[in-house]
Amino acid sequence: MTNSKTETIIFWFMRSVTYSIVLIIAYIIFRIIYLGIPAVNWEFLTAMPRKSGAEGGILPAIVGTLCLMTGTIVVALPLGMAAAIYLSEYARQGKFTQVIRMAIITLAGVPSIVFGLFGLGLFVIFLNFGSSILSGCLTLACMILPIIIASSEEALRAVPLGIRQASLAMGATKWQTIRTNVLPYSFSGMLTGSILGVGRAAGETAPVLLTVAAFYLPKLPKSVFDQVMCLPYHLYILATQHPDADKIRPMQYGTALVLLTLVLGINLIAIIIRSKIRKKYKW
Amino acid sequence: MQNWRKILFKEKAVKYTLAAAASMSILIVLLIFTFLGKEAFGFLYEPGLKELFHTRWMPVSSQRESFGLVPLICGSLLVTTMATIIMIPFGVGASVYIAELAKPRERETLKPFIEILACIPSVVIGFFGLLIIVPMVKKVFGLQSGYNALSGAILLALMAIPTVISISEDAIRSVPKDYKSASLALGASKMQTVWRVIVPAALPGIITAVMLGIGRVIGETMAVMMVTGNSALITGNPTESVRTMTATIAAEMGEVPFGSTHYKALFCVGIVLLIATFILNLIAFKILKKYRMIG
Repeated sequence: MTNSKTETIIFWFMRSVTYSIVLIIAYIIFRIIYLGIPAVNWEFLTAMPRKSGAEGGILPAIVGTLCLMTGTIVVALPLGMAAAIYLSEYARQGKFTQVIRMAIITLAGVPSIVFGLFGLGLFVIFLNFGSSILSGCLTLACMILPIIIASSEEALRAVPLGIRQASLAMGATKWQTIRTNVLPYSFSGMLTGSILGVGRAAGETAPVLLTVAAFYLPKLPKSVFDQVMCLPYHLYILATQHPDADKIRPMQYGTALVLLTLVLGINLIAIIIRSKIRKKYKW
Repeated sequence: MQNWRKILFKEKAVKYTLAAAASMSILIVLLIFTFLGKEAFGFLYEPGLKELFHTRWMPVSSQRESFGLVPLICGSLLVTTMATIIMIPFGVGASVYIAELAKPRERETLKPFIEILACIPSVVIGFFGLLIIVPMVKKVFGLQSGYNALSGAILLALMAIPTVISISEDAIRSVPKDYKSASLALGASKMQTVWRVIVPAALPGIITAVMLGIGRVIGETMAVMMVTGNSALITGNPTESVRTMTATIAAEMGEVPFGSTHYKALFCVGIVLLIATFILNLIAFKILKKYRMIG
């Protein structure tokens, strides 16, 4: 009897551990939505900040983050997809492939602040792009490359081998096969992974801090060589560096809500696409 | 004939273009090491490696600047160790529960919900910590300030938990069903099967999950910078303020003049971080590969 009692206790312990995590997540999201909504209005989303962020809106930060996301995807998407196609369709087992895989694993583990240092050293200073959107996008692209490669490869591998063999048997060349029989079925899957990567890039602060972000810059960027404000860094500044941090809580919650909505929204889109693909192709 | 040659040429061109794109990852890794190394090497040249073992981090001082990494490494170690201690029961407990004990419907709701936590930007977690965890720690432990290593560790554990859960859950689910059936057939109860058969079989995967979680904790910057108070002390006391390596780089890089000793010292910090996470990841993937938990 005592045995089954201990079992029940262990079961409930593990269940409560799991649900306490769920509860914390729910609380974080609920609190940010509940306290953020009163702060978010039309002016907040479309006006320039005033008094170093204590009043006005967060438009430049939103625009900055959107610019960074677009630029990052433009750089990382083709590169990541091409790498994934090579690894899944062309690469043979061997030294070269092993080194590439090792490099991808290494990249995936590099801390974001180290990417920041790297971006600062290479793009900002060595290539003389300065603290700019360009430097930031390139740095973030390097950071999310492993995510895009991993999920694109998964999408490619999901296409059954038989389809490739059928196409090759019809006399198509390898690239023709890939282009007409593999990519059409895996493209949306590849896109999903890239979207997840961009979601991560949007919320990242540390690399952006060293390569692009402006402390306070109430104007919109004109070229890729301009500095911009961005949402995560703006939240950090408002919450910890602002002299009246205690008095501008609504502004902070508002910024946090916009950032959270953006990031979770991106992830939601990815999840929807993924479930649509699963319904569409059942091999 | 002409056409055939054209097609062959195109095939080759495509292949090599794709191979070039794939090699970009190698190039980026090399560039990271080169550009971090380049600046850090300048430091080893002047004032020299010995300076890094100094016990004080005082990059700006009117008398004598010192760039000892010891307090920063200590800070990172303290926060990481504590985060690991918090993370293991939560991460492993939850992954076992989700993989083995939860009902299918329950699992399908729990998994995506916990994945949401992985998507929340670290600065938002830091913001939450600033307003909730810091006052809570201060109150519960009756301290003068809640900006300490403990607050940082709680937030970091929270951020690493989704990583730990998702990888160790995969490991647990990849244990062959036969093990479970055999154990149950021998008359073992469900809990005995889980703890004596399934978890030991999945242990390499679980260890890897924890190591990758630790890798994430060491590299985390914003959340930890917002709540640990950032004073560079050598301490083992969780209720004291610490300054981690990541926070040091993020906080000080903005103000240092390019090429100064301080600037180079921050790159040395980066190198230490890079090597630490590199080794952790390498070991983690070696374990995964050895036990064939990944392809």
